[in-house]
Amino acid sequence: MSGLFEEIHEQPAADVPTRRVSITVNGDKRVAQVEPRLLLAHLLRQGLKLTGTHTGCDTTNCGACTVLFDGKPIKSCTMLAVQADGHEVTTVEGLAGASELHPIQEGFKDEHGLQCGFCTPGMMLAAKALLEENPDPTEDEVRWALSGNLCRCTGYQNIVKSVMWAAKKMQAQSAS
Amino acid sequence: MTKPLTSTSRAGGVGESPVRPDGPLKVKGEFAYSSDLWIDGMLWGATLRSPHPRARITGVDIGPALAIAGVRAVLTHADVPGDKFYGIDQRDQPVLAIDEVRYQGEPVALVAADHPEAARRALNSIEVHYEVLEPIFDAHKALFDPTSEHVHPGTNLVRHQPVRQGDPDDPAVRAQCAVVIARDYEVGIQDQAFLGPESGLAIPSEDGGIELYVATQWLHNDLAQIAPCLRLPQEKVRMTMAGVGGAFGGREDLSMQIHVAMLALHTGKPVKMVYHREESFFGHVHRHPAVMHYEHGASADGKLVFVKAQIALDGGGFASTTPAVVANAASLGVGPYEVPHVKIDAYGAYTNNPPCGAMRGFGAVQACFAYESQMDAVAEALGMSPWRLRQINAVSEGSTLPTGQVIDSPVPLSEMLDDLVAMPLPPSEEFDLRRMPGGVSNTTHGEGVRRGVGYGVGIKNICFSEGFDDYSTARVRLEMIGGEPAALVHTAAAEVGQGLVTLKAQIARTELGIERVTIAPADSRVGNAGSSSASRQSYMTGGAVKEACAAVRQRVIELAGAPADAQLVGGKVVTALGEVVAQLADVLGDTAIEETREYRHRPTERMNPLTGQGNSHVQFALCVHRAVVDVDVELGLVRVVELAAVQDVGKIMNLLSLEGQIHGGTAQGLGLAVMEEIQVANGKVLNPSFTDYLIPTILDMPPMRLKILENADPHAPYGLRGAGEPPTLSSTPAIVAAIRQATGLALKRVPIRPEHLTGTLAS
Repeated sequence: MSGLFEEIHEQPAADVPTRRVSITVNGDKRVAQVEPRLLLAHLLRQGLKLTGTHTGCDTTNCGACTVLFDGKPIKSCTMLAVQADGHEVTTVEGLAGASELHPIQEGFKDEHGLQCGFCTPGMMLAAKALLEENPDPTEDEVRWALSGNLCRCTGYQNIVKSVMWAAKKMQAQSAS
Repeated sequence: MTKPLTSTSRAGGVGESPVRPDGPLKVKGEFAYSSDLWIDGMLWGATLRSPHPRARITGVDIGPALAIAGVRAVLTHADVPGDKFYGIDQRDQPVLAIDEVRYQGEPVALVAADHPEAARRALNSIEVHYEVLEPIFDAHKALFDPTSEHVHPGTNLVRHQPVRQGDPDDPAVRAQCAVVIARDYEVGIQDQAFLGPESGLAIPSEDGGIELYVATQWLHNDLAQIAPCLRLPQEKVRMTMAGVGGAFGGREDLSMQIHVAMLALHTGKPVKMVYHREESFFGHVHRHPAVMHYEHGASADGKLVFVKAQIALDGGGFASTTPAVVANAASLGVGPYEVPHVKIDAYGAYTNNPPCGAMRGFGAVQACFAYESQMDAVAEALGMSPWRLRQINAVSEGSTLPTGQVIDSPVPLSEMLDDLVAMPLPPSEEFDLRRMPGGVSNTTHGEGVRRGVGYGVGIKNICFSEGFDDYSTARVRLEMIGGEPAALVHTAAAEVGQGLVTLKAQIARTELGIERVTIAPADSRVGNAGSSSASRQSYMTGGAVKEACAAVRQRVIELAGAPADAQLVGGKVVTALGEVVAQLADVLGDTAIEETREYRHRPTERMNPLTGQGNSHVQFALCVHRAVVDVDVELGLVRVVELAAVQDVGKIMNLLSLEGQIHGGTAQGLGLAVMEEIQVANGKVLNPSFTDYLIPTILDMPPMRLKILENADPHAPYGLRGAGEPPTLSSTPAIVAAIRQATGLALKRVPIRPEHLTGTLAS
């Protein structure tokens, strides 16, 4: 019961072995010197100050730390930063375009898909992976795709609505 | 360091559903939760907790911990600068354990270090010598066995609250009964399981005070507890709300607030503390577990004749909010039914189990499971439908509760049940393995699966009861910004996700007839707003914002020389007949009009300590649920197929937020029915993780049907009725009733586990 989950050495001690990793985060190549045991979630949150990736449970249950890894949703609290070397990672900070929100972000905002919002980044990234694979999902398919992400506030009803709304908007966009 | 929580939004007054002002930040990942706070040069705080539920501390050696490189402070109770005890109701909880620990996880020592790993190594190096004692873990024994040892000197009783009306033991009363049902019920410990862990940042200030950024439900009550322990005047403890990742009652008591401030004051450096999930299970109070004995008597035509109940609530090592939880269980102990003869005894106990306090529904949840189970048993014994029995006994406006309090606003329970029963049942589905109980585990293809339908009703008191001086404060400033009239609304009320920031802006728009409203961050620079609990903030802080806006409006009208009944509409001062008197821009010019108001609800009374009589509550809110379940009776697996609810909210202030509250509250009731329990053995928690403490996923929580009624409460702002808690009450008994119908089992304990359904464990 004595641990803390935030762990990163900004300047690792000389006797600690480190590895150099190069990860494309939200389109930008980022290089870091990390301990092999460093979790991807901690590199994102503390090393890169991308605090939109939340850690809620530390045990891969809640999904608040979900990011896209080469386009697939993964829980970044159970991946080591060194495993991401040479790969592409998308976090919530990479969802929006330069001036406008991603339709999934709009959906969660406008359809009240969030309350406290702690689960929202992970939910949206899991939804993004779904909609890229299946642009026209049923409500059941949305539920299955988000079944690894917990929300304690919404009872999920408006999360389903938000993703359905986003699917519709994305279809309309790609049709036009 | 952290972005201000200020946000500006346009359009959307009372009754509309404008987008949340914090929505854009939250979907962009830019909303700063307390765990995201960061300031260069900060230290990391950590807490050493007792591994034992009950032990004497015979010695603490901090020397080896202090010797570790990077460790800046190791503190024990001797280092608490001021009062050594705190507590939300009674100051009975040591800031750091003194001589004895009373629950597993009780804080014993604190560390601040340059790096979290150094802090962790230091915790492991503190040598605490314990003389382990046998924990007191049976609440019933703690209360009623005179040979039981005591958790605190002299007593294990936090509060006993009787309710007496008529005489259920009178033979003449008993003779009226065609059926008498007596049963024992049990509710396990539920956890709030908010997703954002407890965390905070303390920054020492030059005047010897402290800046404290925390996620809490009640800034000013925190402040009143923190300042004396730090031996600082309240004005030197400046508190700002950090982003709250859910609360549900679990942030009403203090967690790390005093600790992180002590470390910062001691080291002279900013200190951050973050609990991890396992620590969070030990770092906040939970829902009280309950052991209840209920006896109901009813006449042949279904009228309740009497109810007798003994309710024992286990508060764990410290008082927390146990006294108020006991009062709710007692005063609402028969549910929303008219009963002539009532004898209730509700007790709150000290034990060495995990400490319990506020969680959504707060005392009313536990009693609701028992009285609704009893209503179903009475209906079954009389051969009546469960909802019809409830209608026969339903309260309505003008009914008298067993406390003698007359309900003086609409409580249309009978109509709500009509609406609920009239809702269509879910359509029959084609066979799909994923929709079977057990799902893709491929445990059944339909054999052994039985469907059940059940009903549940709950009544919750809204706002703080029993004579508490319950109020909220709002400051509203109106001025021209960029050629447009704009309001700044400042309160200390906690936005915990429920949507209060949206509501405050809606009220300001409606009352001031403007579009542009900014919600200032909640902090202690404005007066007390009370807690975001008891479903009270729409009523109380809503009421305060409304009154502050009215005061601003009054001054504008005076400045404009308009008649007293003039209104502000669309940026203009307008007479009651719609004549434009002036433009706001011309009236305001370069001046800002600012007013601060405190809003109080009408006074309430303490329950009589011997009889429970008194007008103890401000407002009552009802919710009714119907649950449809499929149960694999061979394996004991349950799938909740659909939940339907009817709730009367008085006035729909914001439909989207309201529906969100009903959905979320319902889901937490589902969790209590079939999934969620902190399991404890000998005072020790067995499952402090989300791997082992299960909260409903999107597949566990089915689609919902809702019907919302608006029968105004004439005493409340806009006629509104608090809405957050009632759904958490009624969904649990509805689901259990449905499972009973599917299985024929009595099911007297929640959460229901598979072994309760398969006969491998007596239920």
